[in-house]
Amino acid sequence: MISPDIIRRLQAILPPHCLLIAQEDVKPFETDGLTAFHSTPDVVALPETEDQVKAIIALCRETQTPIVFRGAGTGVSGGALPVDGAVLLAMTKFNRILSIDPLARIARVQPGVRNLAISEAAAPFSLYYAPDPSSQIACTIGGNVAENSGGVHCLKYGLTVHNILSVRVLTIDGEELVIGSEALDAPGYDLLALLTGSEGMLAVTLEISVKLLPKPERTQVVLAAFDEVEKGGAAVGAIISGGVLPAGLEMMDKLAIEAAEAYSHAGYPLDAEAILLVEVDGTQEEVSEDVMRVREILLASGATDIRTAKDEAEQKKFWAGRKAAFPAVGRLAPDYYCMDGTIPRKALPAVLKRMAELSTEYALPVANVFHAGDGNLHPLILYDANQPGEWEKAERFGADILEMCVAHGGSITGEHGVGIEKISQMCVQFGNAELQAFHGIKACFDPDGLLNPGKAVPTLHRCAEYGAMHVRSGNLPFPELPRF
Amino acid sequence: MQTRLADFIRDTDDGREADRILRTCVHCGFCLATCPTYQILGDELDSPRGRIYLMKQLFEGASITHKTLKHLDRCLTCRNCETTCPSGVEYGKLIDLGRKHAERKAARPLSEQIKRRALAKFLPQENLFGGALKLGRMVKPFLPQTLAGKVPANPSHPDKGELGGISPSARHPRKMLVLAGCVQPALAPQINVAAARVLDAIGISLIEADNAGCCGAVSFHLNFQEEGLDAMRRNIDAWWPHIEAGAEAIVMTASGCGVTVKEYGHQLRHDTRYAEKAAKISALTCDMSEVLLNEEAALRGWLSGRGALEGKRVCFHAPCTLQHGQKITGVVEALLTVAGHTVLPISEPHLCCGSAGTYSLLESEISTQLRDRKLGHLSAAQPEVITSANIGCLTHLQSGTGIPVRHWIELL
Repeated sequence: MISPDIIRRLQAILPPHCLLIAQEDVKPFETDGLTAFHSTPDVVALPETEDQVKAIIALCRETQTPIVFRGAGTGVSGGALPVDGAVLLAMTKFNRILSIDPLARIARVQPGVRNLAISEAAAPFSLYYAPDPSSQIACTIGGNVAENSGGVHCLKYGLTVHNILSVRVLTIDGEELVIGSEALDAPGYDLLALLTGSEGMLAVTLEISVKLLPKPERTQVVLAAFDEVEKGGAAVGAIISGGVLPAGLEMMDKLAIEAAEAYSHAGYPLDAEAILLVEVDGTQEEVSEDVMRVREILLASGATDIRTAKDEAEQKKFWAGRKAAFPAVGRLAPDYYCMDGTIPRKALPAVLKRMAELSTEYALPVANVFHAGDGNLHPLILYDANQPGEWEKAERFGADILEMCVAHGGSITGEHGVGIEKISQMCVQFGNAELQAFHGIKACFDPDGLLNPGKAVPTLHRCAEYGAMHVRSGNLPFPELPRF
Repeated sequence: MQTRLADFIRDTDDGREADRILRTCVHCGFCLATCPTYQILGDELDSPRGRIYLMKQLFEGASITHKTLKHLDRCLTCRNCETTCPSGVEYGKLIDLGRKHAERKAARPLSEQIKRRALAKFLPQENLFGGALKLGRMVKPFLPQTLAGKVPANPSHPDKGELGGISPSARHPRKMLVLAGCVQPALAPQINVAAARVLDAIGISLIEADNAGCCGAVSFHLNFQEEGLDAMRRNIDAWWPHIEAGAEAIVMTASGCGVTVKEYGHQLRHDTRYAEKAAKISALTCDMSEVLLNEEAALRGWLSGRGALEGKRVCFHAPCTLQHGQKITGVVEALLTVAGHTVLPISEPHLCCGSAGTYSLLESEISTQLRDRKLGHLSAAQPEVITSANIGCLTHLQSGTGIPVRHWIELL
């Protein structure tokens, strides 16, 4: 518990409407997008000025009080899960776009700005911000930086790390640093890449400069239906190896299609076992050529139905269904557990097959949504939290899926981060020496371990315990595979 | 989302309904993005997801104070979140339950109780409100600025002679009922006259039922839910003989009333005497725009026969009760275009104007911020006329701009 003295000092820093203390007020902040984990925060701070943030950081450092940062709370790895005795610092009131420079194609924004709001503000200049997580309508850019968020267009345009130019951060020492610059390269180590995806463990972001891209002259979305999931998986590899780099290449299986269609009425074929959404963009000529090529490959891969969006409105509908697919699964079951692992594209058919077997073994349905182009899986395990034991079963099922990803040479996170959710699987992904190196980096920025403690990088002790209870004959499966 | 409802509510109708709705929420947070109060305040407790959590605590038996009630009160009930929600959470129904039970557990400050009681008594009564409005307009020049701003101006406008006046007589065999409403007859009597004229021109007579009055929304949303239900029963009684005599539909010219009457069936589903009639009434209820959409051929015929009106550059502010509550989008815009007007696009068309029934009187600070944000977008399009479809939005927007704000039917 946080001491009354610290609360009193926080009250001196923040006006009453910016500080939540009563149980009634703080409980709604006990969880983020990953509801299986919750922990009531001791206190929630909602600062309105940078001076207030600085004063809170100074107070926390002086009193050795941990801090957990929170944006819109849409994350699905529990990165914003409150920690006992910590201040939960929500940056949502910093929601202003500071400037847009259409010539340099740069937007300067505060961390609480919604991802989609940047593209909306840039639209009059025919520019947009490329990374588009499914939650882009609501998630904040500060959270995107913390998690190195991706999205359906990452395949061609990269993750957050590839689309920001600089961040202004505040360290636990109260030092304000600008990392990165408006130029594409900066002297010294690439600290911007280090901070991006650091999950609130190294510093708090106060301002971000993001790259804006010109809207492509033309985009076209092709929807293909398959009567077997494996055929869809094989088509993904065929498209990429066929020399096309789609802006987005997404796959959904039958359950996911059903849920997404119920929300979006996008016209997805409900009898298909899987659909692929392929977006190509570029100049008129490039798009025409790519669409032809994609159609040929899809046909050769055994697609049963191929449709090209007839206009922009239909394109938007195709994507709306996909982007809402996670929460739309809430229509099929009271709760779902969204996984996030990556695999080499060629392993897709084998992984899908094994996942179906696991689903039968655990007796829990699984809906699959993938960023198929970049081998990023999002299996959604359906369960009912009100049934005793179901969550534990779902969690074990999830762990099996992630470890299967590692076994196939993939990784335990594609874009959602590790947070609290995948912290045990970090022990599977990395060896002790690597984890020790991570702790060394953390100590450079935050020697007292006050920022988001217990997340993202497990202690060696934790890994030893996890290994003990999670015996796989005492051996890491496939030890010969590289682990990055 | 996991739920553990407390004994006091678990096995009741309200409890089962609340549990069913809570369990559809997966806590994804998409709703934060389109919630007007969250846009302004940036505190999750003033967002749909935060309020859902507050209500979950309430239903799970946690002790609550007036603060929970305050966050629930601050909700505009615009239901923008329902449009955004991918998992289909029926937030509007949930917050009705939340408000009902929160008020039982946590008392409001006395001053607020008195204010809300007065509004619930006064607004739904047409003659009381109408009389007071006349008085208010007379003394308006002597009132301080803040108070004067709350008194809406007389609805007269240059072409009142053309568009206002008297409703045509009920000469057609095809008949539809129209709801007069509570505040609309005093604030803008010309709206129903215009609706009656347009429908008369395409062969439908619009009739008003004696004894029908406020749709019940004012009392219901001020949390005098029983009084609201009584108003609903009274309207059903008033309309029923006309329905039996063959009235085809009940036409709504205020979308706020429309969304309420369309939910009579839901609100009275446990009332054995009224449940069936209420469901029938709800099924027969149409927004004016839906009626004209169904009669599009006749409308086009009449419009072309009449000759061209002077086309105007207009903006349409879609009331939340129309676009989110009734899920009617793009229809009014299409009708205005058919009538020869140019409908200009606006930014943030999904966002509430801050009127929200009595909200503009009870939460005036947030309400005014939302109004000015909306008017900023509307005036940026430089329209000659701003149109909308609900009396609340019309008066609220007009109180902040010199551009005329009119019901869209008046432009047909």
